[in-house]
Amino acid sequence: MQSRLPILVFALLMAAIPFVPGMPPFWIVLLDNIGLAALVAMGLVLLTGVGGLTSFGQAAFVGFGAYTTAVLSTTYGLSPWLTLPLSLLVSGLLAVLLGLVTVRLSGHYLPLGTLAWGLGLFYLFSKLEFLGRNDGISAIPPLSIGAFKMLSPGSIYYAIWVAVIVSALLTMNLLDSRTGRAIRALRRGHVAAEAFGVHTPRAKMLVFIHAAVLAGLSGWLYAHLQRAVNPTPFGAQAGIEYLFIAVVGGAGYVWGGVLGAALVVVLKEVLQSYLPLVLPGSGQVETIVFGIMLVALLQLAPGGVWPWLMSLLPERRSGKKPDTSLKLEQRPRSPGQSSVLLQVEKARKQFGGVVAVNNVSFDVQAREIVALIGPNGAGKSTTFNLITGVLSATSGSISVLGSKVDKAPPQEIVKLGISRTFQHVKLVPDMTVLENVAIGAHLRGHSGPISSMLRLDRADEARLLAEAARQIERVGLGDQMHQLAGSLSLGQQRIVEIARALCVDPMLLLLDEPAAGLRHMEKQRLASLLRDLRDGGMSVLLVEHDMGFVMNLADRIVVLDFGTKIAEGTPATIKTNPEVIKAYLGVAA
Amino acid sequence: MNTTIMLFLLQDGITNGAIYALLGLALVLVFAVTRVILIPQGEFVTYGALTYASLAAGQMPGTAKLALALGIGAFAFDLFAARKALHGRLILRSIVANIVLPAIVLALTVYFAAQKPPVAVCIALSLVIVAMIGLFLYRIAFQPLAHTSVLVLLIASVGVHLALQGLGLLFFGAEGQRGPAVLSGSFTAGALRFTGQSITVYGITIAFIVGLWLFFGLTLYGKALRATAVNRLGARLAGIRTTLSGQIAFLLASVIGALSGIMIVPITTLYYDSGFLIGLKGFVAAIIGGLVSYPLTAVAALFVGIVEAFSSFYASNYKEVIVFMLLIPVLLLRSLAAPAVEEEKD
Repeated sequence: MQSRLPILVFALLMAAIPFVPGMPPFWIVLLDNIGLAALVAMGLVLLTGVGGLTSFGQAAFVGFGAYTTAVLSTTYGLSPWLTLPLSLLVSGLLAVLLGLVTVRLSGHYLPLGTLAWGLGLFYLFSKLEFLGRNDGISAIPPLSIGAFKMLSPGSIYYAIWVAVIVSALLTMNLLDSRTGRAIRALRRGHVAAEAFGVHTPRAKMLVFIHAAVLAGLSGWLYAHLQRAVNPTPFGAQAGIEYLFIAVVGGAGYVWGGVLGAALVVVLKEVLQSYLPLVLPGSGQVETIVFGIMLVALLQLAPGGVWPWLMSLLPERRSGKKPDTSLKLEQRPRSPGQSSVLLQVEKARKQFGGVVAVNNVSFDVQAREIVALIGPNGAGKSTTFNLITGVLSATSGSISVLGSKVDKAPPQEIVKLGISRTFQHVKLVPDMTVLENVAIGAHLRGHSGPISSMLRLDRADEARLLAEAARQIERVGLGDQMHQLAGSLSLGQQRIVEIARALCVDPMLLLLDEPAAGLRHMEKQRLASLLRDLRDGGMSVLLVEHDMGFVMNLADRIVVLDFGTKIAEGTPATIKTNPEVIKAYLGVAA
Repeated sequence: MNTTIMLFLLQDGITNGAIYALLGLALVLVFAVTRVILIPQGEFVTYGALTYASLAAGQMPGTAKLALALGIGAFAFDLFAARKALHGRLILRSIVANIVLPAIVLALTVYFAAQKPPVAVCIALSLVIVAMIGLFLYRIAFQPLAHTSVLVLLIASVGVHLALQGLGLLFFGAEGQRGPAVLSGSFTAGALRFTGQSITVYGITIAFIVGLWLFFGLTLYGKALRATAVNRLGARLAGIRTTLSGQIAFLLASVIGALSGIMIVPITTLYYDSGFLIGLKGFVAAIIGGLVSYPLTAVAALFVGIVEAFSSFYASNYKEVIVFMLLIPVLLLRSLAAPAVEEEKD
């Protein structure tokens, strides 16, 4: 993705700071605290900013990490280095348990759910006997290497910042991979990602665990920095504070988490130490000013500080074209090729009392372009959703290559070689065209999250990107490959969706109004592309309103009106069919 | 356990539950109309309660000054927003609403605080003060962010909560306060003793639920609010001023909050930071109600109150754990019953 140079410079800078002569020890303490907060915020960036799952409960995971090591290293005398994996494991396992309950929650239930168990766990920490109740646990041993004990804030500083930088690198590697693209697609809704085989609940669980483990790591470091733990820093207030660290920094950016941590920790410190001098008087003046500044900051930069800073830098979009000579394995074809690819039999879909699709039957043969036309509200897109498993039919059946797929989810349908585009474009606008298209090849890659983090996925990744680049060039958008998908015109975005669908290596392509928003020349180019695809052995089923386009392209046309099939045949017969003319032009025509 | 204890706990739970129900209703209302998850709801409770208690004790509450200060801020925001099309009437209206009104209330507060006013005057002044604070807060903190995501609104809401809580300490000090009963006297029915205060709580809660129901079902403003809740853009296209809807929602929420506070403060000692936890329990009820349904929220709130009463009797250490963990099975049921729908977010 980006060059590693800025990170290296940053790492060297951080390594040099303790050696600056005259550096006040108190600043090192601040930097330690920034590092601890940054770890948690980084997890939240992935969870909230990238994955779209807002969590107030992260402080509880910090608590799990801290209490695990506190109990094991005091009561059981385990070495802190041994408790590190155990702390991470406990955080991760509890994330699985809590995640099973919360990740499934939709919309605003999710943040509220996390707030609820965040609060509950805080009270649990403060009531449990073996966690020392409200007093917590003290006399936790320091980290040590051989005889060297990390007793001072300056000595544990390196442990903290190595953890921050390594975690940042791993997190960025994860985002820039096959799994990362699936995660980044989550925020835009499930349907598009699932249509290309992404298992969205699993992807959500993954980011949830990732964020929890980072929080657990922060807790482990915290316990050995303070060498005492008590419930206060793991309560709901802290959970809320971590969230606004991420939002203030820029919730979509890994380094935004680090920047946000620095801003918030320093701001609080400055307010606490200098405000009483300016405004002497009782109480929490700093809380008041802090709250007001938070609101002001959000009004000035709702996207956070990091993206605002980045927009000041000159833009440089590193557009290295993938090596398209790399070949991706073909999708395995199912044996026993029958000539009927898709058979829809008496499919029916009711929404309450409305019959959107009324006992519709048709088929699509191999090497054929079939058009599904009809006035608005005729049930065309609903039919598409029935075929691709987004909706399940009320009755009737749908078979692919002779086997029924009625109840199959979208992820299974795409495995059979049926890929689609959407009537309302569903791309991730802040990902490049190349990355968007590569989601289409999701099922043809194999690397998981761990290998992505460790960059063991590069060969697999290069093949995926090569395939994506090939399909982008095939649809004629080679020049836009590295632009953000959201910056293209609507017509071009539709073409990007076609490239994404082609990445599946499909036998049947479903296109929902592909020509809408295209100019005349672009439509002709699209038509010739679709003909080429058919001649190459692919079938196409398309919904379209542009009759000129359909009549010149389709081999066969199916006409729907009010959910019912009213005609089927070649373009020539459809043009003269009185039922069709009546449906489109009214009775008098 | 004998029946007396059970009845007693039940009564206690219902009294608390009624308060949670009111707060839950307010939270649902504000969220539906403005998408703001109103964490400062708890501060409306403490501000209402402590303003009332201070006035009754013959002290000058700082909240009256805060209302004027926020009013001046709101006036500045109005001027800035309308800087391209300023005209006399607009400025005049803004001055009257944002500066003259709180100034009059401040003057009245100063006048009455000196002479230990009767309970009714204390209640009226506290309600007006907190209502103005709620209204101006919407203008200053949330209206400029109305177009942003729920997350940003939520964080802003946390910021407002922090600032208000800090101010609460400044105004009322760290000491807890109690206020005089709104309705004194009591009567007994069987083993149970009903105080005038608890009867007030039941009465006002029921009045509010019926009132809100009538307001949303029968009045034009109520319908406009519901329309805004369903579809902001659509409501605007139909000529509904969504800003006005937001103002009404905040006004109602702050009045409900303050009223709840005034009703609790004779029963329990309240501190400047007590509101957060009380608000959160209203929240639990609101979530159980799914953030959309008023009757369900009211029922859930009673349930939360009763669970709290019983768990504080049997396992007082784990009272809060039990109340908040109550949510998890509820949320689980909800998400199993209604599978996730496609959301278009940006």
